[in-house]
Amino acid sequence: MSRRRIHDSYEDLYGADRGYKKRRRGGSESNDLEDRLESLVLKVGENTTSTIESNLEGLASVLDGDIQNFKKKVLKLLVECAVNMPEKCTIYSTLVGLLNAKNYNFGGEFVENIVRSFKDSLKNNSWNEARVVLRFIGDLVNCHVVSASSFVQLMGSLLDVTKEDGVPNVRKDWYCYAVMSCLPWVGRELYEKREAPLEMLLTTIEVYLNKRPKKHVNMLRIWSTDVPHPQEEYLECLWNQIKKLKHDSWTETIIPRPYLTFDNVLCEALQHNLPPIVPPPHHNACVYPMPWVVYRMFDYTDVTDGHIMPGAHSIERFLVEEHLQQIIDMSCKNRKECATNLMNFVHKNKVPLEYCIVEVIFSLMFHQPKPKYLEVMFGSVFIELSKLSTNTMPLVLAQTTEILYSRIESMHVCAFDRFVSWFAYHLSNFKFSWSWQEWADCLALDPEHPKPKFVREVLQKAMRLSFYERMRDIVPPDFEPLLPEKPEPKFKYAIEKSLLPGQFLSNTLLTKIRNKTTPEDILEILKEPLMSENGEIMEPADICISNPTKIDAFVQTLLYIASKSFSHAFAAITKFISVFKALGETDDGQLQILRSTFDLWSADQQMLTVLIDKMLKTQIIECSSVANWIFSKEMIPEFTKLYIWEILSLTINKMSRHVDRLTRELNEAREKLRTTAATSNSSDDSDGDTEKTEAKPRQSTTTFGGQVPMDVDDNVTEEMVERMEEKLEMAQADQKNLFLIVFQRFIMILSEHLVKCDTDDRPFDTYWYKYTVGRLQQVFLAHHEQVQKYSSTLEGLLFTQDLDIHILEVFHQFLALRS
Amino acid sequence: MADISSYRDQHFKGSRSELDKLLRLSTTMYVGNLAFYTTEGQIYELFSKCGDIKRIVMGLDKFKKTPCGFCFIEYYTRDDAENCMRYVNGTRLDDRIIRTDWDAGFLEGRQYGRGKTGGQVRDEYRTDYDIGRGGYGKNAQPKADMIIFGRNKDALPMD
Repeated sequence: MSRRRIHDSYEDLYGADRGYKKRRRGGSESNDLEDRLESLVLKVGENTTSTIESNLEGLASVLDGDIQNFKKKVLKLLVECAVNMPEKCTIYSTLVGLLNAKNYNFGGEFVENIVRSFKDSLKNNSWNEARVVLRFIGDLVNCHVVSASSFVQLMGSLLDVTKEDGVPNVRKDWYCYAVMSCLPWVGRELYEKREAPLEMLLTTIEVYLNKRPKKHVNMLRIWSTDVPHPQEEYLECLWNQIKKLKHDSWTETIIPRPYLTFDNVLCEALQHNLPPIVPPPHHNACVYPMPWVVYRMFDYTDVTDGHIMPGAHSIERFLVEEHLQQIIDMSCKNRKECATNLMNFVHKNKVPLEYCIVEVIFSLMFHQPKPKYLEVMFGSVFIELSKLSTNTMPLVLAQTTEILYSRIESMHVCAFDRFVSWFAYHLSNFKFSWSWQEWADCLALDPEHPKPKFVREVLQKAMRLSFYERMRDIVPPDFEPLLPEKPEPKFKYAIEKSLLPGQFLSNTLLTKIRNKTTPEDILEILKEPLMSENGEIMEPADICISNPTKIDAFVQTLLYIASKSFSHAFAAITKFISVFKALGETDDGQLQILRSTFDLWSADQQMLTVLIDKMLKTQIIECSSVANWIFSKEMIPEFTKLYIWEILSLTINKMSRHVDRLTRELNEAREKLRTTAATSNSSDDSDGDTEKTEAKPRQSTTTFGGQVPMDVDDNVTEEMVERMEEKLEMAQADQKNLFLIVFQRFIMILSEHLVKCDTDDRPFDTYWYKYTVGRLQQVFLAHHEQVQKYSSTLEGLLFTQDLDIHILEVFHQFLALRS
Repeated sequence: MADISSYRDQHFKGSRSELDKLLRLSTTMYVGNLAFYTTEGQIYELFSKCGDIKRIVMGLDKFKKTPCGFCFIEYYTRDDAENCMRYVNGTRLDDRIIRTDWDAGFLEGRQYGRGKTGGQVRDEYRTDYDIGRGGYGKNAQPKADMIIFGRNKDALPMD
């Protein structure tokens, strides 16, 4: 059974009916027996009517009896279980231990296989897999399958990586982390059998941790302050937990250890020595996991359900969190099962379960740079959890919201966004019912303070999921200043006889467009000079299309006519795309299109966002224009609103996706060219006609920045590949330019602010400043893979030594992330 | 959770196996049990949490041309559509539990309700009072053929 199939069968495994679907092979008896064995192995430990120990004993006998016939299969299966079901590590290690006690050779073969699996994971950069396999091997020491001395040796050679020179820190970090995360399992055994070598390992770890740079931590923190919970970098946190574990004689209360029951049998077994394992050397293609900061929200004082929350530096905290995360990883595709499995957490009686679950899910939601799963996944799991734990979960979530609100001043803007989004979504599933009055304190604060900002932005998002009048109804009357504007178009040319320069043109266009005129006709009209109502030509007579007043009149009038819904607006844009493109031929034209759209729709942030998205997709405007517009003077009052960041973010993403897509298409084309060349070289008939392949003009991409790659024609010519290379180069140049604009603008506004505060002798860390620096960090974080490509340019051109240290610091933290 | 359901569009032009194949590859969702007053904007906001939306087609009353409680959502990728089934199906929009299901693909004409009075078939004969869907059903007496061919699965809210 392939590894991937085990993943597929998780849903079945943890499904309500515990059904285990598998490929139905031929009805031969031996196949049935194999399938049954497989089923028994996969489900061992889940039978609640008998103990794990009796389960294991029975299974070990059954397998031992059949080992001759099914050895290869059983070996493979056990390795897969070790890799894919880390939460059952001790169950499978015990099973292997029992089998080893009965059959030394089998044990030896298993060790060979698991070691090979470990080496493969390292080579393939499957880091989490490697870590859990290493831990499994460590647990085999507990089961007398592997000798303590050889495992300590392995740990030592893995820790040697921390002494390597010229390799990324993240590489050394990972090897350190992998070794450390075995210790809760095997620490005790090593302490008893190999205390001195263990001590040496711990010293090596300590030395490494002390000298490693921690510059990146600030960029990954969710809270800017360490009060009340210190934000520890993950390695530091685990090290503190290990130190405490050591202090407690390596005993902990979480890990189930079925092998203890079988000690008398297992200690009779002969142990195997591990073959020497050398960590594969670093090379440029290696990608290591990024560091993270441990997210803490609760401590024992917050918990009101009678259980004790394990302390921040207790290993129990680490183990519970890891296990809960594993449950989420396994059932992430089925929210109901995820909730059920979480609520059935095996240690639920030892810990305040709902608090642990909520903290873990929020840590995943706030994870930097990007959450592992869609935010809506977490949101929908919380809804399911609230159905299963009707008395407790809603209260814990409410308490969580209060806690986060109370600490919101120190929350990083990335997390702020996600908190806003989650809370509005959650409310929309629970009738928007909330005790807003308790937050009345925010009304007296500076409007840029995160608290009123939070309420404002939540109401905006909640409005998008419902409607304006509902928002008015759900908040107390004194919250009125925080309500969103009523989302309506503000049509500047609404008054037919106004004296605005574009009024007559707008009137003309209004009539024409409503009478279903053609885009060509509109273009002709726009070429004429502007006129006033009585037919006088306005001086200077301008026959240029990209006159700002003309653009304004056209854009506002058309979009006003089509203001009824998104579909109407999109249809209008599609119909008149040739006009838009003509108007947007110049950078200034594009800027004016954006300005006019904003003028019309400033009260409806959602519509504005969606229209800009459409204009980018249809290539009416370029990404760089959006970036320039966002940082323009007239947008200063809007700058700290969340939707602006949404727009900037989607713009950068579109550019990145465009580059990615062209890259993929190019690689595919190159591959096809290679294979075509190979086959045509081997065949004899090089008919002159057929070689002249139709360089069909490729369909122009209808969507800029869309995800779906174009199908590459089978007849790929060198010429086509060259053109694609050019296209990609151009796109990369555009991307680089976009990042340069964005970063340069951030630097400019931040520098201006710092200088001004300095001259006026005012403190510089205003709410605006903290928000803006946060957004700059976010650009680096959210797009770090793309930005990486251009870091030397950024360093040379923008983030130079003469820059203010506060701004430069952000850049250095970014560099530190991947170093 | 992202599997195809048991519903099959009786108006689909093609064989059952063709339909099934389209459903398994589709990036188009049918969304049902919407309120008549639920707007495109609300739908966009919720459903873009699963990925970029290619387009939304509102379901309309055949005669009145007003929204009649369903819509189609096209994503760009199958992954995004599957996430929609996993995380949005069965949650609330406008306080109503909405249902999503795979659709073989939008074709002109499919945006109209197939009920006799112009809305969806299920609103022809449902007997409950649903303030979000125009009150009572149009005709409280179900006819035999309506039950067989209608999207009666929508009548049962998922909870």
